[in-house]
Amino acid sequence: MKTVIIKYNAGNVQSVMYALDRIGASYLWTDEEAEIRTADKVIFPGVGEASTAMAYLREKGLDKVIPTLTQPVLGTCVGMQLMCRHSEENDTTCMGIFDLNVKRFDASAHKVPHVGWNNIYDLQSSLTTGLPENSYVYFVHSYFAELSPYTVAKCDYVQPFSAMLHKDNFYAAQFHTEISGKEGQRILENFLAQ
Amino acid sequence: MLTKRIIPCLDIKDGRTVKGTNFVNLRDAGDPVELGAIYAEQGADELVFLDITATVDNRKTLIDLVRNVAKHVNIPFTVGGGISSIADVSALLNAGADKVSINSSAVRRPELINELALQFGSQCIVVAIDTRFVENEHIVHTHGGRKPTEIRTIAWAKEVEERGAGEILLTSMDTDGTKAGFANQLTATISTNASIPIIASGGAGSMEHFYEVFTEGKADAGLAASIFHFKEIDIIELKTYLQQKGISIRL
Repeated sequence: MKTVIIKYNAGNVQSVMYALDRIGASYLWTDEEAEIRTADKVIFPGVGEASTAMAYLREKGLDKVIPTLTQPVLGTCVGMQLMCRHSEENDTTCMGIFDLNVKRFDASAHKVPHVGWNNIYDLQSSLTTGLPENSYVYFVHSYFAELSPYTVAKCDYVQPFSAMLHKDNFYAAQFHTEISGKEGQRILENFLAQ
Repeated sequence: MLTKRIIPCLDIKDGRTVKGTNFVNLRDAGDPVELGAIYAEQGADELVFLDITATVDNRKTLIDLVRNVAKHVNIPFTVGGGISSIADVSALLNAGADKVSINSSAVRRPELINELALQFGSQCIVVAIDTRFVENEHIVHTHGGRKPTEIRTIAWAKEVEERGAGEILLTSMDTDGTKAGFANQLTATISTNASIPIIASGGAGSMEHFYEVFTEGKADAGLAASIFHFKEIDIIELKTYLQQKGISIRL
């Protein structure tokens, strides 16, 4: 099986690679369209700022490649946000795979960013097979995707938001599967088994 | 619900854990990777590795260690000690660290916080503040808490947040090592004024102390070293206790 991690300027991909190593999966880290299109699975990770990341994807033409992929694609954290329509982070037009908006948490009553372990519920994704309701996973983010028909896992911070999204071959998680303990590992394994 | 975090801290010298431990099941008590993995298994929410040698010679050893930890540990971890440049941070993050912690270098040149936050994002920049109560004022100290500065702790905490710190690791040198409890009042003052998480450190001696730092101290996370290493407090027991007391905890 060929798994590709998309190479772009939203960093700390090393943790994702080590997480794949731990479950014995091999992978290729690349931004070349041909390699990405021929992969069996595509992982689109992300830590960083939305507008800078989108500008880079546009420059590389990856903003046109990713939405037209037909194999299973998993976006995490900022990767997930870039798969939505628009982000309030520097008013960024994103790839629009999921027709919904990414908004900033209201910081008036809560600390922002949302950092730490929080429980996810209403689990309806094939990626959460084997995970009990209210499993804990690790989040670090200031922006969130609204609840929508694509929401397949929810989390509460300030308000309920989308912890996971799913549409056709596109999967996404707001949290960091790569450092979310056994639960995160299970989600990655489930993704690779799609 | 977002949970309060329990964070064991491992002091590292020449790639080895410094303070002794009495984990009888450890093959090698000085191996930070094995110890870190055990803590992760026991339910630690994050780990902090503090390089107390932090000389240029030891940098490569530390990077190797970070790479090994990242390979074996599936929870977030922070690395601190002697970090003073973008290049230092880049090397640690590329080796697999999730966050870095800076202390004296931020006091020396506060712009470093802005530069690191811009380059790597606030989420991975922890600013450690060592504080001591001197002549009626909480004063920032550097060099492992030995050297006083002229900076007031509460103002400094606000400044590091404004400059882009993602979290604050607040260590009270007044309570550190006493096992008499965290500096709850100061922690609460800083936490209430901050919109970023506060990790409280220094003084943990009992499970009640963690309860107090999360309630009275309003901390987002509690960090301790020796009480975990010497198994005076078991992480699972601690987390069960806190949950029974109504604290939101990951179990």
